[in-house]
Amino acid sequence: MKKSPKIKIAMYWLAGCGGCEESILDLGEYLLDLIDKADILFWPIAADIKYDALKDMPDNHIDFSFINGTVRTLDHVKMARLLRRKSKTVTAHGSCAHLGGVPGLSGFYSSESLVKKAYEEAPSLADNKTTRDPAPDPQQLTERPYALSQIIDTDYYLPGCPTPPELIKSALLSFIAGELPQKGTVFGEKKALCSTCPLTDTRPDKIDLKKIRRVQTADYSPDRCFLDQGLICMGPVTRGGCFSQCIKANMPCRGCFGPLDNVSDYGAKAVSMLSSLIDENDIKKITSVIDQIPDPAGLFYRYSLTSSIIKKQGYRD
Amino acid sequence: MNPNPEIVAFFCQWCAYAAADNAGRARLNIPSNIKTVRVMCSGRVDPEFILEAFKKGADGVLIAGCIEGSCHYKTGNLQTAKRVMILSTVLKSLNIEPVRLRFEGVKADDPEGLLRIINDFNNTVSLLEPLSCEV
Amino acid sequence: MSRIIKIDPITRLEGHGNIKIEYDDNGVFKAAYLNIPDFRGFEKFCEGRAVEELPTLTQKICGVCPTAHHIAGVKALDDMFNVSPPPAARSIRELIHNIFIYEDHLLHFYYLGGPDLFLDPDTPAADRNIFKVIEKLGKETGGRILKIRKKVRDMHSDISGSALYPVCGLPGGVSKPVSEKDRLRFCGISKEALDFALETLDLFHERILKNPVFISLLDQECMKSKTYYMGMVDESDRVNFYDGIIKVIDSKGKEFCRFSPNEYLEHISEQNDPGSFMKYTFLKKVGWKGIEYEEFSGIYRVGPLARFNVSSGFSTPLAHKEYLRMKDYFKGYPVHATFAYHWARLIEILYAAENMVRLTSSPCLSDKNIRNIPGRINRERGAGVCEAPRGILIHDYEGDRNGIAGKINLIVATQNNGASIQYSLTKAGRELFKNGLSDENTLNKLEMVFRAYDPCMACSTH
Ligand code: SF4
Ligand code: SF4
Ligand code: SF4
Ligand code: FES
Repeated sequence: MKKSPKIKIAMYWLAGCGGCEESILDLGEYLLDLIDKADILFWPIAADIKYDALKDMPDNHIDFSFINGTVRTLDHVKMARLLRRKSKTVTAHGSCAHLGGVPGLSGFYSSESLVKKAYEEAPSLADNKTTRDPAPDPQQLTERPYALSQIIDTDYYLPGCPTPPELIKSALLSFIAGELPQKGTVFGEKKALCSTCPLTDTRPDKIDLKKIRRVQTADYSPDRCFLDQGLICMGPVTRGGCFSQCIKANMPCRGCFGPLDNVSDYGAKAVSMLSSLIDENDIKKITSVIDQIPDPAGLFYRYSLTSSIIKKQGYRD
Repeated sequence: MNPNPEIVAFFCQWCAYAAADNAGRARLNIPSNIKTVRVMCSGRVDPEFILEAFKKGADGVLIAGCIEGSCHYKTGNLQTAKRVMILSTVLKSLNIEPVRLRFEGVKADDPEGLLRIINDFNNTVSLLEPLSCEV
Repeated sequence: MSRIIKIDPITRLEGHGNIKIEYDDNGVFKAAYLNIPDFRGFEKFCEGRAVEELPTLTQKICGVCPTAHHIAGVKALDDMFNVSPPPAARSIRELIHNIFIYEDHLLHFYYLGGPDLFLDPDTPAADRNIFKVIEKLGKETGGRILKIRKKVRDMHSDISGSALYPVCGLPGGVSKPVSEKDRLRFCGISKEALDFALETLDLFHERILKNPVFISLLDQECMKSKTYYMGMVDESDRVNFYDGIIKVIDSKGKEFCRFSPNEYLEHISEQNDPGSFMKYTFLKKVGWKGIEYEEFSGIYRVGPLARFNVSSGFSTPLAHKEYLRMKDYFKGYPVHATFAYHWARLIEILYAAENMVRLTSSPCLSDKNIRNIPGRINRERGAGVCEAPRGILIHDYEGDRNGIAGKINLIVATQNNGASIQYSLTKAGRELFKNGLSDENTLNKLEMVFRAYDPCMACSTH
């Protein structure tokens, strides 16, 4: 059987944290099979291949590029476009690239105020006894954060923060076998997290939220659906596929796998879900329950602020 | 100031839209900057539609449904009230003035009431700058 | 005419970066300049978030040391809610912290720094990676590296919810107990991890400490930096990753000061660098005079070598034995050789493994009482500090009465080494490029200088 030629892959990171890179390393022994079937042409965290080598490659040379991290600086835009030109397919890897991720929350503020806080307002900055050097130029940043598909044409999406190694492996296996999914496919399950959640049997059909409780002060049971105990869990509006990691650690889901298919705004879905669970009908009671939701936008849009329908939000400062 | 704001108004079939019909018959005209959308029940207005309206350039979104207890589908209007309340807290965090979104109950046979609500909302939104959400 | 060579990107580290090497008009090396072009603004966008989310939000600063951020963050919440974890919860927190430092140090020794140490200096760039290290060490050892890291990370996942991002930290404890069955299983894995740590030490002594290139890197003056050193120690001045007092010594080894975590603002100051998003830190009481003045500019180093220098050793036998062995090798004290970071890091792999065995051997770990549930926030400000693998990590949160975060201040591990890394490159460059050499291998030798620090650039700019 003629050995099929090795596929060419590249891994790169924009404003990411390195966690998605670590979960590639978490493939463990499979990494050794991987390098038999694939040539890694670019992977700065682990291999000494420089930009020039990437720039010198012919266009569409790389079969599969995995890009993780949010687009947050002009360099990131440049690199994303360069990798797009050099790659036949691009996969947005991890919630930062897929939805904007946690760094996407910087979209609440202008780039100037982000830089100003860190380099001019931080309490630990050198005080007047020492001459303080100027802050770096905020113009290096894009005016707000972007998910990858808002900057370059993206073929596939690996959800999760980070994407579990098992999911990366299933993507790699299908790529290596040449069975490419439909463009725009988000790996993971098609159903919501609740369907595979270990607590799903304890979730009543009708949840009635009389009170919103918070994990730090609530004495809650690890064996009963968190939502039914008044703890906000994003399971019902989140794509399954993460093996219910947080639930198994007795913590409610924060929605890193993002929305189900053909949902254009994760936050809006969260609003619908929660409002359907508040069974009061007296407006004053409804208001009092709703007021107990801490930082709703920060919670509903924790991973997907940049990919919400309302792109441009006014800046808070 | 925004003298001629873009307003999207969702009218529920049984109360608001009926009231609008009666207003038409009684020669009470609805201001031209109000784009009406007919829905079976106010409960049918998904928060995504509201955000989509803002994204497409609306400066204000009004949802008019039946008054408490008379929704043709029993709890549709309550559902909408809760959604609008939660979405308003989200809009506030997104630095969009919550007054740009309002839900009101009207009676089918009270076109003047509907007009009062529309004009009041129109004035409120016209005091604000155009929202201009980047597409 | 003056010339600039750019190493872009720098590789085998966490985060983005590039180095500009400048030559003057007659082609003599002038300076090497590290630029970190990455910034996300965590300190600003965490304002307004619910406080209980902070330990799982700030951990996204770094996927290579998320547990450290989680621990520091949750300790800050303990401070704000004025609550402390029951013994079992404290052990669980210490366990995941040690597990994570163990496998993170392994990551650096084999995957990031390793290729420079195991492979011969003239290995072509395309081969300088973990796969060639595994090839050189043989598939059997290579396979064990992958296997032990996976086993240890899976243990971390079973306890905290994820191999990477623990979610179990809550003010006053943790969210999930360890079952007795799991405790015994974890004890077995910890012993395996300890064996592998010993094997790694032997490998270091056999292959690296005997390697003339490495020995010369340890000895060369240009690869040394005379700075202060800062590290967290317990009541008998021994290294402690989780809790303790912060001790600072000067470049002669004399104690300079000692402070508790929430007094950090009286001792640590930050300085900007307009050309890079990395902020430098220096000792406030000494005052900033510029990077090239090192100790006279209050510059201090953190991380494995700093912990080695400030401490009186380790509270576990095998680590302490290796500590004495290293102390004996370097006659002078404190040790200023930047490449000694590698050895100090390996002592900490032993220390972390021994802690894992100690914590999993005690039945206290599987006690069911894992939370002291607090009432409302009663202190509107809380500081949480621990030792991340790469150095001191400080989380300083403000929060109002209904648990919404106010101002956040973070001093993050690698940032404390920022000034030294920057200046080490120029000092080393003067030696490496003095005869106008700029071949690929010399350039990589320059990168080896910052790799010794195991820098995490995503952390340093957050
Ligand atoms: S998705 Fe999560 S793990 Fe991946 S780069 Fe973003 S923050 Fe890090
Ligand atoms: S709401 Fe949360 S806890 Fe309840 S079944 Fe769904 S995912 Fe599980
Ligand atoms: S439970 Fe929710 S937040 Fe946790 S990993 Fe799964 S999808 Fe992400
Ligand atoms: S039919 Fe009018 S609100 Fe339901």
